[in-house]
Amino acid sequence: MTPATGATADLKELKDLARTMRVDIIRMIEAAGSGHPGGSLSVIDLLTVLYWRFLRHDPKKPDWEERDRLILSKGHACPALYAVMARRGYFPVEALKTLRKLDSPLQGHPDRLRLPGIEFSTGSLGQGLSVGLGMALAAKLDKKDWRTYVILGDGELQEGQCWEAFMAAPKFGLDNLVAIVDHNGGQIDGPVKEVMDLEPLADKLRAFNWEVQVVDGHDLAAIEKAYLGARLAKGRPHAIVAKTVKGEGVSFMENNIAWHGSAPKKEDADRAVQEILNGK
Amino acid sequence: MANKATRESFGEMLVELGAKNENLVVLDADLSKSTMTQAFKKKHPERHFELGIAEQNMVGAAAGLALSGKVPVLTSFACFVVGRLEPIRVSAAYNRTNVKIVGTHAGIGIGEDGTSQMGLEDVAAMRALPHMTVLQPGDDAEARQQVRWMIEEHVGPVYLRLTRQKMPDVHADGWTWEPGKIDVIWEPAKKPAKYQATLIASGGPVPCAVEAAQELEKKGFAVRVADAGTLAPFDGAAVARFAKDSQRLVSVEDHNVNGGLGSAVCEAAAERGLAVPVVRVGLRDFGESASPAELYDKYGLSAPHLVEACLKNLD
Repeated sequence: MTPATGATADLKELKDLARTMRVDIIRMIEAAGSGHPGGSLSVIDLLTVLYWRFLRHDPKKPDWEERDRLILSKGHACPALYAVMARRGYFPVEALKTLRKLDSPLQGHPDRLRLPGIEFSTGSLGQGLSVGLGMALAAKLDKKDWRTYVILGDGELQEGQCWEAFMAAPKFGLDNLVAIVDHNGGQIDGPVKEVMDLEPLADKLRAFNWEVQVVDGHDLAAIEKAYLGARLAKGRPHAIVAKTVKGEGVSFMENNIAWHGSAPKKEDADRAVQEILNGK
Repeated sequence: MANKATRESFGEMLVELGAKNENLVVLDADLSKSTMTQAFKKKHPERHFELGIAEQNMVGAAAGLALSGKVPVLTSFACFVVGRLEPIRVSAAYNRTNVKIVGTHAGIGIGEDGTSQMGLEDVAAMRALPHMTVLQPGDDAEARQQVRWMIEEHVGPVYLRLTRQKMPDVHADGWTWEPGKIDVIWEPAKKPAKYQATLIASGGPVPCAVEAAQELEKKGFAVRVADAGTLAPFDGAAVARFAKDSQRLVSVEDHNVNGGLGSAVCEAAAERGLAVPVVRVGLRDFGESASPAELYDKYGLSAPHLVEACLKNLD
């Protein structure tokens, strides 16, 4: 860990933080009246370990040249990213209430020109890995040691552009590029395996010459180990397929596709928050 | 006479600029022999990235390079690269990345390869994108200056549209291209009180427009020729000036008349309340296979057709 991450929280503290940010997600989407709770709750643990343990960054200097780059290619899960950025000090937690409101830097999908710390404006699925590949190429050209992380949804992998990028990254030996798949198994029209099955996903990525780990995306220790493993990659890009649960932490949202893209009303939000706070 | 395809001028400029600009990188999608980036690739292999027949990934990779301080130039045929409009919309325009998109093989001027290889709607698509600058040179001098400007001076996404076919010089030695401006490249010897027409051309048919104006002068009609090297943002003020002293405006483009130069001229005139007829010369359908000269003749872009467009009765 580099000093610049400035965070020394142990796993128990991280777990508490993730719980706090799950509440942030519910409350900000409730206040916005629209948004995507399911995929935000599935990705939050992956983001938490990354932002507190691995990402080399400085919230006070979001354009620091030596920073690691993180692209949330599944941009609809930005409530999770906004919660992490607020709790990490990029902007006041208070601002989370402005999600999706007129003139807010917290757009419905992340906008790099409105919110410092966003590396790339996403929301159109399929483009993030290509952009991350370009960033990783630039780091190699400049002989810099910063790394590029791209978080993708599993449904997103149905976009052909992702596979163009998966094909290209090993050609350039991009061991400074990490693709993290939030494999929650759900998408708007239903379960991924029914809409357009991706399996065997890990095998496909291996066949594309990526180093691949499969982990439990809600087990913070396992996530940490996977990120450490990715750092050891030599000569090849690294993919982490994180098995997650859409809506993780809120029983009535878990694996319920209805909560992919709808906001909880006050009563449901209160129930969700209670469950999160009482959770394991 | 340079008599050079604008894609050739582009390729030469890449080598020249690449020698001193370490941040200049070039991306290709298996067409580097046609888009003229091979010389750059030979000179700077470490700064050339061959991404295979996968244009949308190339667009995204270019955006990532640009966000990390590089000046990426990506090339393919105009139709293939602009075919990936949505990645261009988000990764280049919306993210306002400093990406230079170069589409060669513009229009029916490519000839025998036929419609599937012809960029015929690319300007319309790119002109609709906020923050996208759209450039189209008419000869070697203009191409060189545009390439230099987009790489050395302008920060932001650019679309540069280039010809496969050779282009004679239409600009005098020492001429300076001004970004964003339509410039008059040919005037009749005797300046009239009112021109029969002002031909506003861009890209491939620019020499045809000059030839037509010369022919019309012989017939006793005063027609001038203007070259729209920048298609977006569009120089509406120039259109307004031409409208005041011309009986009609004739737009000439190797592209569909909808959404391209012809539309831009009409928009500029209509938004200013200018009562001037606009004759739009360009494609109204897909193209086909034949020699470039045959196609320019069949689809109304050759000089005799432009003469006719300046003189015909308007109904």
